[in-house]
Amino acid sequence: MSVLNIDAEVSNLDKVLAFVDEKLESYGCLPKTQMQIDIAVEEIFVNIASYAYNPEKGSAAISVETQEDPLAVIITFTDGGVPYDPLKKPDPDVTLSAEKRQIGGLGIYMVKKSMDNVTYEYKDGKNILTITKKF
Amino acid sequence: MLINKEVNGDSLTIALDGRLDTTTAPQLEAEITSSLDGVKNFVIDMEKLVYVSSAGLRVLLKAQKIMNKQGSMVIKNVSQDIKEIFEVTGFDELLSIE
Repeated sequence: MSVLNIDAEVSNLDKVLAFVDEKLESYGCLPKTQMQIDIAVEEIFVNIASYAYNPEKGSAAISVETQEDPLAVIITFTDGGVPYDPLKKPDPDVTLSAEKRQIGGLGIYMVKKSMDNVTYEYKDGKNILTITKKF
Repeated sequence: MLINKEVNGDSLTIALDGRLDTTTAPQLEAEITSSLDGVKNFVIDMEKLVYVSSAGLRVLLKAQKIMNKQGSMVIKNVSQDIKEIFEVTGFDELLSIE
């Protein structure tokens, strides 16, 4: 397992993606799967950076590991910010017209739709969000 | 992300090259805010775009709302992977994709 501890700042997004992409490339991940995982990582990390500690600052830990049978990558995001379960956010209505469309909640909705499993727990004062994607 | 702009009368084509994400979406938003005045036909060429996250979708929605009031907006040359993102989020119904 590889772990990146980093300040939860939106400006660190490229570093987080570089860390995850390096692992995915070493696993021989398909480009489409890698794009879906990158999007999920972006949506989750940007959420943590924007809301977990606001207006204070804090850090996040991102770990990447693989499981076999079925072959999958498991990425876990841990932060010590305010308890927040993004999975409880209601799904946006994706059938509304442009004028009525609300953009909030679309990011986590994309994560739920593109990953094989997404779980949240609050443990020992930390938010722990885990995504699993088969490849 | 690189943004290439081509103006022809009241038509504007913007070609996106790279990733439309949290970091780069503000670039496109600034371009839209400054360039859409008086534009009737707006084309976004996505041939070289490889990635769109929700931050990018938000800006595309903003552009579509502006163009709904003053003309038309068309998205061209969308890759299969990005088309799937549009489908999952219902954006395939909001945007005109050629």
